[in-house]
Amino acid sequence: MAQPPDPERGPSRRGLLTGGAGAAAALPLLANAKPAPPKTRMEARARMAMILNINGRDHHVALDPRTTLLDALRDHLALTGSKKGCDQGQCGACTVHVDGRRVLACLTLAATVQGRAVTTIEGLAEGETLHPMQAAFIEHDAFQCGYCTPGQIMSAVACVHEGHAVSDDAIREYMSGNLCRCAAYPKIVAAVKDAAPKMARA
Amino acid sequence: MRPFHYEHAADRGEALKVAGAHQGAAYLAGGTTMIDLMKLDVLRPTALVDINALAKDHSEIRADASGLKLGALARMSDVAADPSVRRDYPMVAQALDLAASPQIRNMASLGGNVLQRTRCPYFRDTGWSACNKRHPGSGCAALTGVNRKLAILGASEHCIANYPGDFAVALAALGATVDLEGPKGRRVIAVEDLHRLPGETPQVETTLLADELITGFTVPAGAWARRSLYLKIRDRQSYEFAIASAAVALDLDGGLVREVRIGLGGVAAKPWRAHEAEAALRGQPLTEASAEAAAHAAFAQAKAPGELAFKPELGRRTLVRALLQAQAMEV
Repeated sequence: MAQPPDPERGPSRRGLLTGGAGAAAALPLLANAKPAPPKTRMEARARMAMILNINGRDHHVALDPRTTLLDALRDHLALTGSKKGCDQGQCGACTVHVDGRRVLACLTLAATVQGRAVTTIEGLAEGETLHPMQAAFIEHDAFQCGYCTPGQIMSAVACVHEGHAVSDDAIREYMSGNLCRCAAYPKIVAAVKDAAPKMARA
Repeated sequence: MRPFHYEHAADRGEALKVAGAHQGAAYLAGGTTMIDLMKLDVLRPTALVDINALAKDHSEIRADASGLKLGALARMSDVAADPSVRRDYPMVAQALDLAASPQIRNMASLGGNVLQRTRCPYFRDTGWSACNKRHPGSGCAALTGVNRKLAILGASEHCIANYPGDFAVALAALGATVDLEGPKGRRVIAVEDLHRLPGETPQVETTLLADELITGFTVPAGAWARRSLYLKIRDRQSYEFAIASAAVALDLDGGLVREVRIGLGGVAAKPWRAHEAEAALRGQPLTEASAEAAAHAAFAQAKAPGELAFKPELGRRTLVRALLQAQAMEV
């Protein structure tokens, strides 16, 4: 979990995963290559040139307009931290921040976030230093399988910023959009409660 | 998801123009209904007109002496958090707060939320051939199927889908109006007249004209607005649609009901205003007995086939509790 979230650094778990799943196709897109603009109407429907600002960095991509932000992150930018659970807005595993607000990447078309700042779980840590919420999830053992965890953490950070992490009940209510099939809920509540004052100090 | 043209509209005029240029175009705001139902192949727009840039002109949240003005592109979470909405229109803030999840409330626009589609499982699952909403004339699988969440008021033998939302129920209760703009100009209609009952044409859900765009809502001021609440009964405590809900606003004169507004959610084919229940209470003392009489009036026309048999009683109890809770509010 303490791996630096940078797919371009040395053999990380994520790097190995994307390598095994066809990194040759995915990685060149990280290099800010500008695709040629589409020429015809049919081409325009097939692929649309867009610039996505993810974790402070612009990515030039050419995507089918149907591409959700979640698929753009996972399949085209090798940012697989955001998870695909239900893919229909019911589980919260894909939660990311757009202009600082938590949203569901699975119900957001990538085309609609052009010109906006997207933050994913990969953008939370400062270099080797985990975000206080990430550290709190580890400290409190707030997961079992870990699949929902990136979404939980993105939601939890927003929950604190919104001022909703004021009591156990409020945390439960404002974290209700993130399901955990392992039912680590008590420890998630404990982690959010613990991280909130640390975020205020950070 | 089927292919579509994606078009970004910079303003209202451009949105109308682009929508008019594509047969089968749809507007895209938060996308929480649209993208979901496109993935399920229930909705198949040929073009999506992204109207999120219209937020610059249509996201106001303003309460003054004449009422509450809300832009159609305001997001549910922003309206729910607005101090004047929470203080002066608690029913509206609660209906928004109790809906969906924090992420979805951040995404969903008010206009899109009001137009959200039914959660009827036979509408959402194209594996079922019988759905008069998806395929007019194909029948209604819900009539004899899994239907405990569906409508007991305003339904027809062609469709028993319920309207799933909360905010529109509050708007209907408070007599709000909706601002529309289309190729033929602007008009204002009552929120209560925006949705249609299914009748023989459940595929036609609203009275919107072709390419017409919702630009805003106006909730008229009223002495009842402050003493108002939204009571939502659900299968789980959070992040769930209403199995029954009541939007209640009261203007009390001592123990007497000077004015009352009642909306019902989860139980009806459209955002439901319970005029009969209001009439039963107006000028009467508000007691448990009079609240129960009003609740009986509200559900007098209910039809509850199959699994829905429990729902009239749940709806009545929900309304009685909401009325008594509103009476006990300190305003």
